[in-house]
Parts: sequence; structure tokens; C-alpha cells
Amino acid sequence: MRDLVIIGGGPAGMSAAIAAFKSGIKDILILERDERLGGILQQCIHNGFGLHKFGEELTGPEYAFKYEQQILELGIEFKLGTMVLDLSRDRVITATNSEDGIFQIKAKAVILAMGCRERAKGALNIAGSRPAGIFSAGTAQKFVNMKGYMPGKDVVILGSGDIGLIMARRMTLEGAKVHAVCELMPYSGGLARNIEQCLNDFSIPLKLSHTVTKIHGKERLNGVTIAKVDENRRPIPETEEFIPCDTLLLSVGLIPENELSKNAQVNISAVTSGAVVDQDRQTDIDGIFSCGNVLHVHDLVDFVSDEAEIAGRAAAEFINGNLKKETCLHIETDGKIRYTVPQKITRKKDIDVYFRVSDVMKNVKINVHDGETLLLSRKKQKVAPGEMEKLTLKKELLDSAQSLKFSLEVL
Amino acid sequence: MYDVAIIGAGVVGGMVARTLSRYNLKICIIEKENDVAMGATKANSAIVHAGFDAKEGSLKARLNVEGSNLMEQVCRELNVKYKNNGSLVVGFNDEDKATLFDLLKRGNANGVKGLKLLEKDELKALEPNLSDSITCALHAPTGAIVCPYELTVAAIGNAMDNGAELLCGFEVSGIKRTADCYEILSAEKAVKAKFVVNCAGLYSDEIAKRAGDDTFSVTPRRGEYILLDKECGNLVSHTIFRTPSKMGKGILVSPTVDGNLLLGPTSVNILDKEDKDLTNEGFAKIIESAKETVKGVPFNKAITSFCGLRAVGSTGDFIITSPSAGFINAAGIESPGLSASPAIALYIKDMLSVLGLTLKEKADYNPVRPSTHAFREATIEEKNEMIKKNPAYGKIVCRCEGVTEGEILDALRMNPKARDLDGVKRRTRAQMGRCQGGFCSPYITELIAKEQGIAFEKVTKFGGNSFINIGKTKEVL
Amino acid sequence: MERKLTCIICPLGCELTATLENGEVVSVSGNTCKRGEIYAKNECTNPQRTITSTVRCEDGGLVAVKTDRTIPKEKIEECMKIINAATAKLPVHIGDVIIKDVFGANIVATANKEV
Repeated sequence: MRDLVIIGGGPAGMSAAIAAFKSGIKDILILERDERLGGILQQCIHNGFGLHKFGEELTGPEYAFKYEQQILELGIEFKLGTMVLDLSRDRVITATNSEDGIFQIKAKAVILAMGCRERAKGALNIAGSRPAGIFSAGTAQKFVNMKGYMPGKDVVILGSGDIGLIMARRMTLEGAKVHAVCELMPYSGGLARNIEQCLNDFSIPLKLSHTVTKIHGKERLNGVTIAKVDENRRPIPETEEFIPCDTLLLSVGLIPENELSKNAQVNISAVTSGAVVDQDRQTDIDGIFSCGNVLHVHDLVDFVSDEAEIAGRAAAEFINGNLKKETCLHIETDGKIRYTVPQKITRKKDIDVYFRVSDVMKNVKINVHDGETLLLSRKKQKVAPGEMEKLTLKKELLDSAQSLKFSLEVL
Repeated sequence: MYDVAIIGAGVVGGMVARTLSRYNLKICIIEKENDVAMGATKANSAIVHAGFDAKEGSLKARLNVEGSNLMEQVCRELNVKYKNNGSLVVGFNDEDKATLFDLLKRGNANGVKGLKLLEKDELKALEPNLSDSITCALHAPTGAIVCPYELTVAAIGNAMDNGAELLCGFEVSGIKRTADCYEILSAEKAVKAKFVVNCAGLYSDEIAKRAGDDTFSVTPRRGEYILLDKECGNLVSHTIFRTPSKMGKGILVSPTVDGNLLLGPTSVNILDKEDKDLTNEGFAKIIESAKETVKGVPFNKAITSFCGLRAVGSTGDFIITSPSAGFINAAGIESPGLSASPAIALYIKDMLSVLGLTLKEKADYNPVRPSTHAFREATIEEKNEMIKKNPAYGKIVCRCEGVTEGEILDALRMNPKARDLDGVKRRTRAQMGRCQGGFCSPYITELIAKEQGIAFEKVTKFGGNSFINIGKTKEVL
Repeated sequence: MERKLTCIICPLGCELTATLENGEVVSVSGNTCKRGEIYAKNECTNPQRTITSTVRCEDGGLVAVKTDRTIPKEKIEECMKIINAATAKLPVHIGDVIIKDVFGANIVATANKEV
């Protein structure tokens, strides 16, 4: 029996481990599938990480290094090259690696920190052939930044998620020509700064309300047909345009990787594809916590670390028998607010509620109601689905609340 | 000089090779692609048909029923997954019901066992997720599913283990008949063989022509499919067919032996033998039809889509003929070709014998191919023993399908060796899960390069120019 | 003259408006912090960027690198040529200078790589 087992040694897993350690839990084991700690940060060699946590701009490996150092200094145990195969409801973990073979550990508490994966092309049903040269943006990033190989030289990118934007710049810097970034929606899913410094700096056209309608090429990709889409996101045939290219990168969304959580029968939200959690990031199974991109996809690693610290501290409280639920308030949303994390509140204290909106909107008001009573209201100049928002609910406000509903009002 | 050259490493060529490898013969299998099972074998419905479709008295009918009866044992020997899940042909109205009754009669005449017409309530008990508008069905308990490329890889692997040779990347450019043999030519190579079996699928008419036989033609019929995530594999347990019409057997909904849900195929006759493009019309048609037969198909769980070309012969039946001494055609092997393949192989073996090929059994023939899922199916204790001996079994490479490095190395080393990313995928399922190789393909590329002693950038997706990378950063551009 | 800019200093991505007179920025609006104002001024007169990339190591592998301060935007291409031509000696530690003084910045390692 271990006190705390953390599944995943990326930014979430490391932050959670450090926070739990600092809260007095010394018997911690991190299980990491890769050959080193850091998770996906190792291939994110661009800068822009750490402004919030460290007040300086770090690259992915630098951000990971800061946490890795702490793990080593604190002497927190971790196993690399170790894949968790199963997690049960009663917190028995089955894992494998080359050294120990397949082994089981029972833990007093488990933190899920497995991260997310990219949506694959199969889900898109694009017409045409199926040649080599089609990659998810993250796979291309691994080839270029970790393996040192170029997937191609003439590139079209479908989807304007941050990884796609980052790879547009990365491929350009390495000598490739990025012909266009097509985005199905009328707005980008990536951060405004990335559109500026990754596309505009290199005069790469961002084609909003555009999609790839056909893939060409028998062995290696030799082009794609793109088209503008109408308001129902259906391609308009007369706008079709052929772009010769040898590479198509897909940046069409990230999906929390919750297969293990499902094995443990953790309740999964249909909106976030991550667990339903309370303010402590505890799932509906006692002693199983979730944080980082496996809980919901973040746009900034700094917020992943913040969230993981909440989970780490709460797991420590749970192990020490101090995590007592006082109430159960479900946070409802109106659709314009797509989701909140946490989705429910079980302890009354100051709580940061993170949320995303469903569309790009200007001059809006975020309202929090308890029935008919308006508890809180915040104005925002601009909100976008690609940018996570935060609102703090004060303890006093929660003390008398019977219900909570987040809604958005366009002014 | 080979005794027998088999042209085409699809399921028919593979089964023929395996059947002949039992005898004291020098055999080669000639394949134009970089791997086996690259034509119609790669992309079809993966069904072992019970045998009620083909017209009484046809070769198709006979070999389907015989092949279907043989299939379970063949799969056992080759350690290939086989599931006797049964099939249902569903009907929506009285007209369909009449057709199903005809199928029942035809199936009985063909010798199919256990066929039964079911009414709505019986059907609901059997398959609760069938659409409410379905009123009747023909139940064929002998219907089954296999993985056609797994079967073919295993059949050719077993033939190779028993001495047969596989020549990939050999595109036949000519066939010369000499006094005592045939000379089969490609741009770079030539092989001589006393007997030739033409199992060239879509191209079998062209191969026949090169040997002087222009009595038939083969045209492609496009079939598009959508494959859904393993989460959806339990939606139905039987293979659900629609009542056949002039347009064919229609779009089926079926679990696969690996637990996915397969939807398709569309059916469009085309001219171009290389046109495997997916179409928006195809997607729409599959979705529309699947919705009509099964409730709640989660189309958003699609993990991939693909298109196969069936080799439709001009005679309406399988074309298994010997146009000249020592030359045999196995052409026009469309559905139920997969089901019939073990029987086609025996049929061809007998023809070769009649044509004068001496069949003397080998003393050391082994019909069993070592299992490629031994690790997967082992108990935890057994797995730990295997990991101790070979630590590569402890390392998961493909997280979605849980494939270990040991299993991938096996696929790169076992007959017929995987030579490209798709070859690894078909043999191990690595890259075939939810992320479709997003995480593991860079590492698998490295394993292929290392095993074959080639540069990283020379690794392909499926041979030819299907390179994954164009060269090193800092150097190539 | 007015110039619209998107601030790249932090993830907020503020939409800035810089007012120019005779090539000089006289005022900036839309910024949330002081750094936004500095960014807008620089962007209109002498735009600067941090470059991140990789350098080939003597064993054929890669190490991630960055410019330790910003360099003029118009020098990006030349900077990449210098980075691409370099070879790093092993071992490399985070913060090690791989190439000195490239348009006023050093190219430093952002990851460790042992022999």
C-alpha cells in the first residue's frame, strides 16, 4: 500500500506530487510512461511558458526542468518507462515496465494526470486518398523537435489550435513553406499572440471558415482541396481551391485521455471529456483526483500547475483523513458558458471557478445566480472559446447559496 | 526454377501458398506491393459468409460453403482470431420478407446449416439495438468474422515457415512461356516456374492476358467503410446485413474480431483500378444506411475510414480456369472470396495435380503458425516470465491498443516481416487505436529503421514513395 | 497615424493601438500593463523576437535552444542559418551558451543532453 500514486509525470503530475509532499505526504510514487519526466513539454521547445508561475518566459523543457529539479531535490520517487494498464475503483493500479514487469499497487489516494491526445484524422472523414504526409501537429512536432527530421517542405495546416500555430512557425523556421492555416470556425481556437507571432510574422494566411475537402496523392500527399464553409460549416463547392503540398498537419482539437478513468468508473463529463470534479479536483470516487489536461484541456501550462497543486494538497488532506465534504452544490451553466471546472462544490471556501464560453463574444457580463438571486457579476470586454476564464467565488457567498448557475449576458 | 509461382499475395494467393507448402515443392509468391494483403484483402467487410447468397450450383456457392466450414480450423492452426458471431439479414417490409424466404431456400440448397427466419420480437431479444422499423430477419448462425489481413499475413507466414519464398516489390511486366516453364518478368527481375497460379485480384485479367488468355475481364467496384472506436464494438453482436437488392448486399453494420464496429461498404462500379478515394457521397450513404438498421450508432467515434476495390469478374462467378498447360487463373474472386479462400486453395491444388504437378507431402510440414498474440493472451504470471526473458515485452509503445515493443519487434522479425508503418499496424494493431499513431509512429519509425538497417527518413508508410519524412532538419531544406 | 497591434508579451493578447507622429510612438492604448506599452513602442520602431529552435549535437542528436534575449525581427532568417550550421559539443546543460553573440543575443541550451 502506497499513500499516493500519481499517474503521469508531466507538468500536472509533477506539480501535484510537489504540492502533496509539501503538505506532509512523503510516500509518493509517480508513474511516467516516457523515458523522462516532463510529458509533452519536452517537445514544446517554444517559449511562452511560466509567465504566471515564475514571472519569466520559459520554453517547455525549461519549465519542466524547474519541476524535475524539485522532484529530485525532494526525493520524490518516480518510475519511468512505466505504463499504467488499469485502475480499479478501489484504487488498485496495474502497470508495466521492462524492469519490474507487470505489477500492482494499492494506493490510499490516486491522482490522474495523464494529459490529453490530439483528435485524429479518422474522426474528420475527409474525402480523397490516404497517402503518407498527413500528421497531427503534435506528431510533426515530435519528428522535428525530438527526432530531428522534417515531415515535409510544403505544408497546409487544418485547424488553428495553438499546436498548429506553433508548428506553422516551427516548420517555417526550419525551411518549409506553410501555404495556409485553414480554420473551420469563423474564429481561431488558438491564442491571439500565437496568431500574431506564428502566422503574421511570417505572412502565413489564416483562412477562417475554411476546411480541407479533399486529400490528393497516392503514395505521398501531393495536394489538398480547400473550400470556404457556410454558416452551417458546410463547404461551398464554388470556392474550392487546390493547394499543392506534401504535408497536411491537423490541429483540430485535444481530447483528455481518460481510458483509465473509465476503467475505474469515474464519472466523465460529456462536455469536457474529463472527470466531473469538486473544488479539490476530487472525482466522484473518493480518493481519486484528476488535474491538468486529463481533466479539461488548458491553454496554459501555468494553470495546469495551479490546478495540480490543488489536487496534490487535497489528496494529502484525504490521506490524512481531513478531507470532509460539507455540502454538494452542482454548478449549472447556460450553454453560452460551455462548462465550469469544478462542476460541483463540496466545501465552502474561496473557490476559483474556471470556465470556457461557446463562441467569440464582445462586451459580455458573466453572472452567477442562486435561483433568482444574482450573487456575482463580472464584465468582460471579449471572450473566446480558446481562452479559459476564471471567476473567484468567495466563501461568504457560498455560505448561504442553495444552487449555483453560471450564465453569460451579451451587453 | 520454382515448381509454382503464385502471383498476388492477397488472401487467395496466401491460402494457395500455404496449401501447397505442405508438399515438397519450391514455391514463390510474387507481389507488386511492399507487403502482403495490400489489395482487396486489406479493405473488405471481414465476414465469413454462411453461403446463402450465391446462386445454387455456382462455384461461388460451393466454395463459399466449403470454405466457411474450413475457416475455423484454418484460423486455429494459423493462430488467427475467428469469431462465430452469426449474421442477420434484416428486412423492413413484406417484400423484404419474401426475399429473405428466397434466401433461406437458396441457403438450404447450398447446404448452409441452421438458417432460420425470425420475427420482430425474437429479433429484439437477439439484438436490442436494431432499428424499430425492422420487421423480420434471416438468421445464419454459421456466419463469422475474421480479420482478412491477419489471416493473409498468417497464411503467408506459415507458407514461408514451410519454405515458400515471398518476393515483394515485384510488379509483373511480362510472362514468357518456354519449352518447360514460364518466365515471369519485372522491370528488374525474372523468375522461372513450372506452374503459375494467377491470384492477382483486380489485375488478374491483365496477368492472364500476358499469358495469352483474354477470355475475361475484371472491373473494380468501390466500397467505402467507416471504422468506429472499440467503445462501439458491442452495439451489435451479429453481423447485420440488409436484405439484398439488385445493388448488392448493401451496407452492413458489424463488430470486428478486434472489437471495433465496421460500417460499409458502399458499392460503385468504376474503371480506375487505383481509385481508392473516399467520397462525401460515400460517407453520407454509409451513415444514412447504418442509421436505418441500427439505433444509436455513434458516428463521432469514427477512428478511420477506408476504401477497398472488389475484383468483379465478367462471368458473374469465380473464374478458376486453366487456359494453358501449367497456368491457372483464380480471378474475379469478389465476395464471398475471403470465406471461400481455404476451399479455393484446395480446389486449385487439385487442379495442379491434374495438370501434372507431383504432390508429395513434406515430412516436416507444420500447419501451425506461432501465435502473434501469445503475449497478449497470457496470464500476468506468464507475461512476467516473458518480460524477464525479453524486457521489450514490458514496454508499451502503442498506448491506445496496448501494444508492446516486444510484439512490434516480433512483427518486424516474423515471416512475412513487416517492412513499413502500415505493415506494423496490420500485424500488431499499433497505430490503429484512437490516436491513429499520433504518439507512437515516431518511435515505431525508429524501430523499423533499426531493424532493417535503413536511414530513418527511408521508412515508408506503405512502400514506394510513401515516405514519412523527407530528411534531416538543418540539412534537407 | 494609428497602428493596430496584438500584444505578444503574455497570453492575454491585448489589442493595442499605437499612435505615431513622425515615426515616433506618442501614445499606446488597449494595453493592460506597462509591458504592453513597451511592446507597442518597440514593435513600431524596432520589432524584436525571441527565437527558439534546436541545434544538432556532435552525436547526431538535438538539443533545444533559444536566444537569451530578443533579436531584431528582420534578422530571424539569418539567425536560423547560424543556428542550423552549429554543432553542440556534449554534454550540454540547460543555460549553456552554444553560440555567442548572434545579433546581440547568445544562443543557449534550454534542455540537458548527456553524452
